[in-house]
Amino acid sequence: MNIISRGFRGRRTDAGDRLPPGQYLVEDFPVLSAGPTPQVPTDRWEFAIDTEADQTHRWSWQEFLALPTETPTVDIHCVTKWSKLGTTWEGVSLDVLFEDVESTAEYALIYSYGGYTTNLPLEDLLDGKAWLVHRFDGEELAPRHGGPARLIVPHLYFWKSAKWVNGIRLLNEDWPGFWETAGYHNYGDPWREQRYEGD
Amino acid sequence: MRRLTWLAAELVATTAETATARTLRFRVPGWPGHVAGQHVDVRLTADDGYSAQRSYSLAAPAEGDLVELTVENVLDGEVSPYLTEVIEVGDQVEIRGPVGGWFVWRPASTAPVLLVGGGSGIVPLMAMIRTRRQAGSRVPFRLLYSLRDPARRYYAGELRRPDPGLDIAYLYTRAVPEGASRAAGRIMLDDLAEGGWPATFEPDCYVCGPTGFVEAAADLLLALGHAPERIRTERFGPTGG
Repeated sequence: MNIISRGFRGRRTDAGDRLPPGQYLVEDFPVLSAGPTPQVPTDRWEFAIDTEADQTHRWSWQEFLALPTETPTVDIHCVTKWSKLGTTWEGVSLDVLFEDVESTAEYALIYSYGGYTTNLPLEDLLDGKAWLVHRFDGEELAPRHGGPARLIVPHLYFWKSAKWVNGIRLLNEDWPGFWETAGYHNYGDPWREQRYEGD
Repeated sequence: MRRLTWLAAELVATTAETATARTLRFRVPGWPGHVAGQHVDVRLTADDGYSAQRSYSLAAPAEGDLVELTVENVLDGEVSPYLTEVIEVGDQVEIRGPVGGWFVWRPASTAPVLLVGGGSGIVPLMAMIRTRRQAGSRVPFRLLYSLRDPARRYYAGELRRPDPGLDIAYLYTRAVPEGASRAAGRIMLDDLAEGGWPATFEPDCYVCGPTGFVEAAADLLLALGHAPERIRTERFGPTGG
């Protein structure tokens, strides 16, 4: 039973059933990062998947652009409470990137230019649940939003959708990432309001 | 495992900081304490059960079960208008926290500190300044505080009083007080070169404010040779309310 705040009415929005508990809608696109925005020229960019057996699969920017793309339209939910509905991205499904990867690992650690990391179960990246995107809303992805390329894993809080992504390390054991070791929830399901450790 | 639960918080005092911002002091029985720079979630519930929550930075070290937030009234916001205009002493909200283990300063730290705040981004930096003073730390602090005009200053009286080892430069973007040597304008390389620390001193830099300000200030710090891992940022989106 919540405590009532006398005189509070609130501004109710009609998001139907698309707004997870404790979230509110925004129209703009707030930015959250822990440090400066890294500048990564595409001619030096690469993306890698490193398996638990030390096999590495690499893509240059040109190789990445040559892969078949999708344009998912998804709702995104930030742990700082804002949600943005119907965002459209363009990029490559991780199913495509994982096509030739042999692994029995259960966990993935995403690592980014600039040193950011975030962890999630590998299955949360597969079966149409995640994309490596380089365009947002029909435009090139701006550096402050994670360009040249970022991950999109819309069913988890947005800190799992790492910006400036550089690669994915597959692991037999879970390895908590940057926010996951700074008090935030290890999994981060917005529908179960898993914001902080212990939620 | 530590679990953050919602705690009842009763407003015990308020202070107007500016025409649009106020500091709220809450009594929160069971408050576990916090580190400078951390924030809390505040939840408001209407009498029909509708509720909304937002995050706010803690403005000061805890005094037992008393915690302080400073809240700017965001235009068209949902929670901040209630906290800045409606709530009265004796009213209750719920608070959960503290949250965040990255944008924090601990008195045991010995590196010089550069604080760069834009607008309401001063709040978690003020918690660091107050924590330093309370702990009797001699770590040298420099604060660059960017704001629109002198009437927007938070904590004006307190920041005017001498605090040995803390140097402050105000960077006004629209209107400067009479006699100011710096013309109105956004933060520039010279501001950080003159009012900050040389990169060779390896200061810990904390930058907080609206996104555009933080992007600009962090880029300038990089240009001055500060290592990216020493630049901690906290961005307030234009929305937030």
